[in-house]
Amino acid sequence: MQAELLRLVTAGSVDDGKSTLIGRLLYDTKQILADQLEHIEDASRRRGHDYVDLALLTDGLRAEREQGITIDVAYRSFVTARRRFQLADAPGHVQYTRNMVTGASTAEVAVILVDARKGVVEQTRRHSYIASLLAIPHIVFAVNKMDLVEFSQERFGEIEADLLALAARLGLHDARAIPISALRGDNVVEVGEGMPWFDGPTLLEHLEGIEIAGDRNLDDRRFPVQWVIRPMAAEHHDYRGYAGQVAGGVWRAGDDVVVLPSGKRSRVAAVETADGELDAAFPPQSVTVRLEDDVDVARGDMLADPERPPVVARELVADLCWMSERPLEPRAKLLVKHTTRTARAIVDELVSVVEIHTLEDRVAPERLELNDLAVVRLRLAEPLAVDPYERNRETGAFILVDEATNDTVAAGMVREAS
Amino acid sequence: MNSRVAPRTLSHLDELEAEAIHIMREVAAERERPVLLFSGGKDSIVLLRLAEKAFRPGKFPFPVMHIDTGHNFPEVIEYRDRRVAELGERLVVASVQESIDRGRVVEQTGPRASRNQLQTTTLLDAIEEHGFDAAMGGARRDEERARAKERIFSFRDEFGQWNPRAQRPELWNLYNARVRKGEHVRVFPISNWTELDVWQYVARERLELPSIYFAHERQVFRRDGMLYAVSEFVERYPDEEPFGATVRFRTVGDMSCTGGVVSDAATIDEVVAEIAATNITERGETRADDRVSEAAMEDRKRVGYF
Repeated sequence: MQAELLRLVTAGSVDDGKSTLIGRLLYDTKQILADQLEHIEDASRRRGHDYVDLALLTDGLRAEREQGITIDVAYRSFVTARRRFQLADAPGHVQYTRNMVTGASTAEVAVILVDARKGVVEQTRRHSYIASLLAIPHIVFAVNKMDLVEFSQERFGEIEADLLALAARLGLHDARAIPISALRGDNVVEVGEGMPWFDGPTLLEHLEGIEIAGDRNLDDRRFPVQWVIRPMAAEHHDYRGYAGQVAGGVWRAGDDVVVLPSGKRSRVAAVETADGELDAAFPPQSVTVRLEDDVDVARGDMLADPERPPVVARELVADLCWMSERPLEPRAKLLVKHTTRTARAIVDELVSVVEIHTLEDRVAPERLELNDLAVVRLRLAEPLAVDPYERNRETGAFILVDEATNDTVAAGMVREAS
Repeated sequence: MNSRVAPRTLSHLDELEAEAIHIMREVAAERERPVLLFSGGKDSIVLLRLAEKAFRPGKFPFPVMHIDTGHNFPEVIEYRDRRVAELGERLVVASVQESIDRGRVVEQTGPRASRNQLQTTTLLDAIEEHGFDAAMGGARRDEERARAKERIFSFRDEFGQWNPRAQRPELWNLYNARVRKGEHVRVFPISNWTELDVWQYVARERLELPSIYFAHERQVFRRDGMLYAVSEFVERYPDEEPFGATVRFRTVGDMSCTGGVVSDAATIDEVVAEIAATNITERGETRADDRVSEAAMEDRKRVGYF
């Protein structure tokens, strides 16, 4: 079976029934195996529930089981006849913005839970904002707990209108709403009986049908060099291959290449893997590129299309999600890891920070606290070859690392580079 | 993004493979002394294939290390030595027996004795002795609930401990592999694979597996609803009568904690078909070490188990 992989992130709180929804997806697609089911049936009984609590399937760590909350991103897989799903389960509490950002960074689809009784609330706006910030190409609003509003078509219509207005305001191009009851299973995998008036797909049908192949940037050739393969053995004496993961464009033998930041030029001699030469390579394939000329290329260099090059930048204006307990002060020195290159950077300016409750900008904050979403200006000690994040999620993204603790302290998305 | 170029798609195996190769290359580039852990099991056999894909025609930029409990299926040791020789790579063997002889750990006794937990000390000692700062292994997130929350680059302190509360955020494909001296990072390149993905990949790549993965006749006995191989390493209770059965193993851990399943699946395709239709998870079915308590895996990981 050769199914396509779809990476999705779910956002919502315990109260929205997110764990129940995930449990329902796993259960109704027959991913729950006999021993797991037995296990949660026991656990449900011990807790005094008179139903099988599907939420228990996804509660991973002991501390969470005890507190009944999800504290960190969990990843799980499920498969249907049409697709192989990779799900990042991110908690939705206000203090866990960083978890949603983490789960969202690799997601092609975000499923945002909305409680049908409450409609669009602050948390819905926040999750949608993060989805737009991380440029997740496809958004699904799962309007849950429809059973608690008598499966009202009118109620769903009101919420749907609010959601689509929100999506339009945030520039979310592909967004839709689906009314569900995770507890009963209506419109999750099976249609169910509660909402005969809804003629759209179930959540799973929708997820199976989303077109993702065109989401990656196939226009601008980008290849961050990760590792230089030089066997220096008798049979491969002159072999020199640049190994990496294609970050943009379609690569073929004969393509012109500029090596950045040096600016040296060459042409692609071959694109290959351990299994042999390829006609073409595209994101996210891991391949080896050989060049026609013996130019100086090392890890951290970017091979690119000379006609459509990235910006070789010394200064970045970027969206930032601050992820450390220690606040970020202006003038802080940090490491930037961008593609395969790590450089030192100084935070020249904290331009603005988003007020998470109103989603309005506050200019020139004194510092950034854990979970703040902000715009900052960074000055780099050496040049990086970057694209705007909205143009390329691979070459527009970076993390910040604190050299003192080695912790990853921020996620960054390039807005402007110069 | 609206592209001028026709969309292109990869199969899920291609995409998982590309991700794993990227992870291995990052480890090699960012750490000074990595090591690839190899158990002889199907997951680590997949890792060896991925390492070939990542680094050929060059050599692996790391040795391969086996933590030898001394209680192995002989078929697995035979396979290990042959495969590593074929690849022309370096093999390091760290022995639990030596840890026992040196008094680092104490052997358990009785019918329930297992060297499974003793492996942790042997592994941590070997990491320290060789100065390894990154250890790649074949663990997967679908194996157990605690694993679902573990990062691909999982940081360990000087005591080899995992702290689930202080994990580094892991964003895009930008992995932070930085450690201080004495610390190391465990890396799981096939974190996002499922058991079925692994078998499909084994089939696609025509990988050879140790013979115990396929149905064969063997003397077994029944304990806790599982079938264990009769061997000199496992003491039986008086009522545990051996009998002959056609079984295959879904994992190849220490003989003292690895159970077999009754099966006629004698080829990779038959195993794939059987797994696709299975209704019991891999660890729940055949690994006694996870059955001890609900939080069993989490407790072991905290002290440095792989």
